[in-house]
Amino acid sequence: MFVQQLINGLTTGAAYALIALGYTMIYGILGLINFAQGELYMCGAFVAVLLLASGQVGFVGAFLAGMLAAALLGVALERVAFRPLRGSHPLVPLLSAIGASIFLQSLALLLFGPSDRPFPVQFEFRTVELAGLPVSTLQGLILLTALGFMVLLLAFVKYTTYGKAIIACALDRDTARLMGINVDRMVALTFFLGSALSGAAGILMAIYYNATYPRMGLLPGLKAFSAAILGGVGSIPGAILGGLLLGVAESLGAGYLSSGYKDAVAFVILILVLLLRPQGILKGKGH
Amino acid sequence: MLTLKSVQAGYGRLVVLKGVSLHVRAGEVVTLIGGNGAGKSTLLKAVCGLVPVRRGVVEFAGQDLTRLPAERIVSLGLALVPEGRRVFASLSVAANLELGAFHRRDRQQVRRDLEELMARFPLLRERAGQPAGTLSGGEQQILAIARALMSRPRLLMLDEPSMGLAPKMLAQVYEILGELKRAGTTLLLVEQNARAALKLADRGYVLETGRIILQGSAAELQEDPEVQRAYLGKGYREVWE
Repeated sequence: MFVQQLINGLTTGAAYALIALGYTMIYGILGLINFAQGELYMCGAFVAVLLLASGQVGFVGAFLAGMLAAALLGVALERVAFRPLRGSHPLVPLLSAIGASIFLQSLALLLFGPSDRPFPVQFEFRTVELAGLPVSTLQGLILLTALGFMVLLLAFVKYTTYGKAIIACALDRDTARLMGINVDRMVALTFFLGSALSGAAGILMAIYYNATYPRMGLLPGLKAFSAAILGGVGSIPGAILGGLLLGVAESLGAGYLSSGYKDAVAFVILILVLLLRPQGILKGKGH
Repeated sequence: MLTLKSVQAGYGRLVVLKGVSLHVRAGEVVTLIGGNGAGKSTLLKAVCGLVPVRRGVVEFAGQDLTRLPAERIVSLGLALVPEGRRVFASLSVAANLELGAFHRRDRQQVRRDLEELMARFPLLRERAGQPAGTLSGGEQQILAIARALMSRPRLLMLDEPSMGLAPKMLAQVYEILGELKRAGTTLLLVEQNARAALKLADRGYVLETGRIILQGSAAELQEDPEVQRAYLGKGYREVWE
């Protein structure tokens, strides 16, 4: 059972990690927690599901369109909900983020109704033996896809000029401007990337749980927030580590204690981290 | 090349520059000396657009910079080496240099410039992959200058490049500035270390509490009794006795 729970945990943990990357990157550059991150996850899932259900678009096209929609929504959110508030008290954009989250949930409820939608494409999945361990091919695919996106993001940040420019803005905004870096554009790019990853996580989990609904982003969003804090908010490797660890802890907790405690595990971890090591496992950037 | 006409600037209600006029001609090395809080850094930031100009005009190569955002100014050929170096600590030395050329589109020339700078400052090549924050203060100053040079500036402004440097590093930094001068780079050098700055400069201005109180050739300023007393530390005894 341990191995099975471990793999279950890594699968959901990979989704938390993708959302946590959005939290951590946005926190890094703006010093704000975007509590609407879970709604970007929901947006990605809905767009992909609706496109697939229409029968006009293939799976890969719908997946990419879902990511793009989440990314554009993230950029729009920054323009409407955060940019006008820059320079105000840090609690103000936080409230704005929570407001945006409630607004988007309600909007989805209005547009799509409260009921669950199954994922329109059925995946053939079976359990294969991998090095003596039973692995579901669906879980394997979800995990690999999520890890692939993480590697892409890490490579982008480390090897491209724009990636380095985002880090430069997070480290020292004025000096970045002296280099000719347009901070607003880098902030938009950060929202674009972080939101696209959240959208991807939403689609992957819509497949995994076979359910898409307006409030689907609420818990994963909060758990990914805990994951970002656990890993060290502001740290990109920290978000990945925190997400995977949290997913595994949650899954083991559900397996060995009671599945009723599953959701509690993430928040107990959040409280413990805040009490014992507020800077996270990998030291995040303090603001 | 650079002209300031009765520039006023400050932060919030605080007016730091109370109408400053100065100019820098192409090929010149001009120094701006003054004590703590005289407004030297504010002046450079106002030129760069990091601090808004409230009144007056800043012109560079015939263009009005007064309303231009900071990120547009570097592409006009104006670079600042900020006070305290401000290298991007967690980024590698190479990435810092790369970002210095962020606005440039001539990729091949950028690569050649990078090669040239690394040949000129071997320490940057040795440490290319290392985070900039692991360099010593003097090494960071050299990196900050090299990063600014990566933008191919027509006018290079430096804010207290000697700050906190050991004498040996100070000499090295000024040697680099001397090379830049001989190569014909226009420099605007802000310093508390008036001795080093006046030795290098052609002309100078003395800024005190937001106003230019004195200007002249570097030789004139070095001979000026007021400058000697206040900034060069000569004649302390006479004052005391």
